[in-house]
Amino acid sequence: MAESVTLSPVHSRSIGDLAVIYAGDYLNKLSGERIERECRRQLEAGCRALVINFRETELVNSIGVSILLGVIDAVETTGARLIFSDVNQQTVQLFEMLGLTRHVALAKDEQEALATLAEFAPIPKAVGH
Amino acid sequence: MEQGESLQKLLHTFAALADLGQEIAETTSFQEKTRTLLHLVQGSLGIMRGALAEFDAESHALSFVAAHGMGTATPANITLTSEEAHALLKLGICGLTRDDETQSFAAFLKRHQTQLDALRVDLIVPLVTRESLVGIILLGGKATGEPFSTEDREIVCAMARHIAVGIREHRLFEELAQRAEENRVLYEGMRAIYRDTVRAFAAAIDCKDKYTQGHSERVGKYSEIIAREMGWSDEEIEGIAVAGYLHDIGKLVVERDIINAPYRIDAKQSSELNRHPAAGYEILLPISHPYADIPLTARYHHERIDGRGYPEGLTGDQIPLVAKIVSLADSFDAMTTDRPYKKRRGMEEVVEDFRRNTGKQFAPEVVASFCRALLKEVNGETTNRRIIKLLGKDYVERERVAPLLQALIEELESGAFSAAAGNA
Repeated sequence: MAESVTLSPVHSRSIGDLAVIYAGDYLNKLSGERIERECRRQLEAGCRALVINFRETELVNSIGVSILLGVIDAVETTGARLIFSDVNQQTVQLFEMLGLTRHVALAKDEQEALATLAEFAPIPKAVGH
Repeated sequence: MEQGESLQKLLHTFAALADLGQEIAETTSFQEKTRTLLHLVQGSLGIMRGALAEFDAESHALSFVAAHGMGTATPANITLTSEEAHALLKLGICGLTRDDETQSFAAFLKRHQTQLDALRVDLIVPLVTRESLVGIILLGGKATGEPFSTEDREIVCAMARHIAVGIREHRLFEELAQRAEENRVLYEGMRAIYRDTVRAFAAAIDCKDKYTQGHSERVGKYSEIIAREMGWSDEEIEGIAVAGYLHDIGKLVVERDIINAPYRIDAKQSSELNRHPAAGYEILLPISHPYADIPLTARYHHERIDGRGYPEGLTGDQIPLVAKIVSLADSFDAMTTDRPYKKRRGMEEVVEDFRRNTGKQFAPEVVASFCRALLKEVNGETTNRRIIKLLGKDYVERERVAPLLQALIEELESGAFSAAAGNA
């Protein structure tokens, strides 16, 4: 199955009905809204599972947290699944402190996130980048 | 809570407060600002749902301006009773939970229970500043699942104080903008009245002279065209049009028989008529005109570059530019309209008169500008043919007049007349 890739500070790739969204280096209002838009677009397109990859993210501010809560709410409303991957230790502590980890699973890396999602539904093999 | 987590929470809250202050100072739209402020409140404590409403003291309506996590729709407005509004005002900025037993607040909770339930609201924060209720924040569900602690409520209240001030400032700006707009409309109205009054005066001046009806208005228009060609601003152009309209206002004090004499007037009558520039100055001087030089234009529009004009015999740069322009416009209209003792001149003759009198009667730069404006119309380089419209379309024959104008312009631009003007 073909994989689509979009390039921007916040970019994503689709693998069947799964999407990986890559957050930028600083999750603030601007990048947060881009993530939210991309997540909503993927959900509207029929995506059933989302991975937000934080491998480049060094810092998440309050607006970023609030926007992520909105994404969690949107995912829960549609009955889809959401996993955060590659979250640095400082951000993990923040997410735990504010309760985000009660609503979303954390994976060490993207591969682990995809494997976790595969336990619930088969994931088509990704083709190229 | 562990010490490390406590410190991290404190730092996160401080950062949110700093961002809040910065956002309030930003010049983004009010809608965008309120959305961001609500994000900051929710993100500081990990709150799932939030809405921010603005309170209108006249209608008592709480209108929601931002909402997150409450579904796609903006919550419906809430109308408060006077008692409820008063109660929220008295409570001030505080975090009120649904089980708060304050009597006045309990009545609010009871009346709006259905809507608060639908929005799953746990915490209500009135936004109060300078003894007025400006809005309310509704919050629901911490992501941790824990209830709002006393510290949480204090953090929310600290942010709410800033937000209340932000809303108040926004309203003050809106009021200022509205007043500025009202003043602008008022000012425009007054300018229109002023212009109409000036036109009425011009008509009154021209009524006195049965042979030169419309003269003042035409002089105003020719002056405007010259000033525009010289690159004046719209404000200045408007001013010179007024100066043109009023340049002959002094004729109101000259006897009608002298003005309307169907023959060349004698020296005594001429002296009487020549009083009109100074009289016009005296009439216009006490009036606060929105434009400069209106009285001076009336006084000096019969001055000549060579010093042979009246009333003071000024020369060259002693004459204000505005008076030089009106002087040319005045002479042009005199030459191109029928008078009791002579028919109007042909256009070629008028151009020749310009050439002959530039540097003597007329300022070279003014003549050049007028000729350029006329040539553009003659050659069809502009659709706005204002001079030709005033002269009548058959008056100017393009084939004969255009080369004369072109030649005079070139002569003027070569500086041939500057020396003459300078010697004046």
